[in-house]
Amino acid sequence: MNISKQEYEQVAKKHAGSSKMYITIPKAFLIGGFICCIGEFFMNLYQYIGNDNEKSAAFTSITLVLISALLTGFGLYERIAKHGGAGTLVPITGFANAVVSPALEFKTEGYVLGTGAKMFVIAGPVIVYGIAAAFVYGIIYWIMGLFS
Amino acid sequence: MAKYVTDGTVELNGGVSVHSFAAAVGKMEGDGPLGDCFDYIAKGAELGEKTWEKAESKLQQYAFDIALSKGHLIKDDISFIFAGDLLNQCTGSAYGLRELNIPFIGLYGACSTMAESLAMASLFADGKIGEFCAAVTSSHFCSAERQFRFPINYGGVRTPTAQWTATASGCCIVGCAEQPPFVRKITIGKIVDMGVKDANNMGSAMAGAAYDSITRHLRNTGKAVTDFDAIYTGDLGQVGSDILHELFARDKVNIENIHKDCGLMLYDMEKQDVHAGGSGCGCSASVLCGHILPRIKSGELHNVLFAATGALMSTTIVQQGESIPGISHVIELSDKCI
Amino acid sequence: MDIFMEYVRAFVVGGLFCAVGQVLIDLTKLTPARILVAYVVAGTVLGAIGWYQPLVDFAGAGATVPLTGFGNLLAQGIRKAVDKDGFLGIFTGGFTACAAGVTAAIIFGLIVALIFKRTDRTRQE
Repeated sequence: MNISKQEYEQVAKKHAGSSKMYITIPKAFLIGGFICCIGEFFMNLYQYIGNDNEKSAAFTSITLVLISALLTGFGLYERIAKHGGAGTLVPITGFANAVVSPALEFKTEGYVLGTGAKMFVIAGPVIVYGIAAAFVYGIIYWIMGLFS
Repeated sequence: MAKYVTDGTVELNGGVSVHSFAAAVGKMEGDGPLGDCFDYIAKGAELGEKTWEKAESKLQQYAFDIALSKGHLIKDDISFIFAGDLLNQCTGSAYGLRELNIPFIGLYGACSTMAESLAMASLFADGKIGEFCAAVTSSHFCSAERQFRFPINYGGVRTPTAQWTATASGCCIVGCAEQPPFVRKITIGKIVDMGVKDANNMGSAMAGAAYDSITRHLRNTGKAVTDFDAIYTGDLGQVGSDILHELFARDKVNIENIHKDCGLMLYDMEKQDVHAGGSGCGCSASVLCGHILPRIKSGELHNVLFAATGALMSTTIVQQGESIPGISHVIELSDKCI
Repeated sequence: MDIFMEYVRAFVVGGLFCAVGQVLIDLTKLTPARILVAYVVAGTVLGAIGWYQPLVDFAGAGATVPLTGFGNLLAQGIRKAVDKDGFLGIFTGGFTACAAGVTAAIIFGLIVALIFKRTDRTRQE
């Protein structure tokens, strides 16, 4: 080789090419914002038919998860995500897509070892670290409660 | 008998020819700029099968069957078959070829497998070990995606350096014959690790290996870049090709006009969303069998280097933080036997 | 007009959460899974220190739909459960709070796996 690993890293970095951020970021903003507006619409709808805030929020989550699951099933979520980037990743619809897509993909390996076992292969860490963070907060909050 | 030159380069006796060849590809590859030159274009990725793995096996089977019939051979004429693919334990090949009842040697060279299998088949043919030997490889976007990355319907974001695994297969049947294309010399690749750790940037992980093997081949055979009509690399994609050009430029050699990359040829880089280009065993295999070999046969190309490149990693080991070693095997093809 | 501004706030705040995620993807090469984890943990922390709720009051779904809202929900759930059940609440609060979304994802995931066929992504239009 006519080049050291360090130099090669520089060369590789130079040619790696970055995302067109002037396109990806506005797209993520628009599509993510739009998904939140859909959420806002359902939030209002559920409040309008007589639910309190908390229930409306839960129903909104369920609705968005359902929509995302259907879009995933039809193979459409992935197409939107190609443009949406983080705009389709960060909302709860992205979480749903991360659960539903392996469930569908791995059903060829059976409903137990495929769908069942692989369902949380992407979204699992979200649950694990979300619950872990909440647990740590729970301990702190509980100890604080002892002294107040 | 083949003659060992030095440092991994072997010179064949002369007269080892790719008797027949065939490329079978998926729909997207068929829609690409090379669409016209493939022998079989699938209507969809399923090929009528229930799983992506079976679809890939079927594609490989098609490539083999078509190569056989194009060469007016029957399967009993094939003494050995060298095959490999990207799936765990090379199951794409094992299941695709299991009904054939032909002595089978499974190979793994990641995306360099076409050159690896062609090299082995040529060496066997040159040593008169069997009359005809076949070299087959395949890759399938969906089976690779679910094994290496994400489920097909997952909207994960691909980085711009990521490459698109080709749904394609290629088969070469090698024997001693009078007609071109002839396999002249072979340089077996070394494992070259440039310290790249990003599994979404295979092009830069493999460019070093391509540079190493091509320069070694030129040095060992006393040839210069300009002695060739074209140098084809396997699937460096845009990123890897740029790096390769720069590596040669450091030696004051300009290969930009002679170098072509199969990963950049297979797709329309503007219209088809494949990021940095195509990849997978089938990428270089289908370009070799659909585009390069026919042009040597017709005399349009005279001397060509085919350097398929592979990244010898697994998802497990990359997650463990290891860097990605690359490999590239070089095959010198010519329309003249000596 | 109020309702219009409400949607604008949801759009802008939700959009900003996503834009930040995109910046992280483009600049740091964090994989999607890592970004999701970061968002949930960040939401939990912000919820715990009480900074997230004002944002929810301001932007509505713009703050609850991104995964940070999921994290905030976990923090709130923990607080509520510890207030009610004391020590046991540390163990029950998190899953109780996120039960609706996670159960929906599991059930709809199963249903989709049962009735849908995998799609062919190589057919690009």
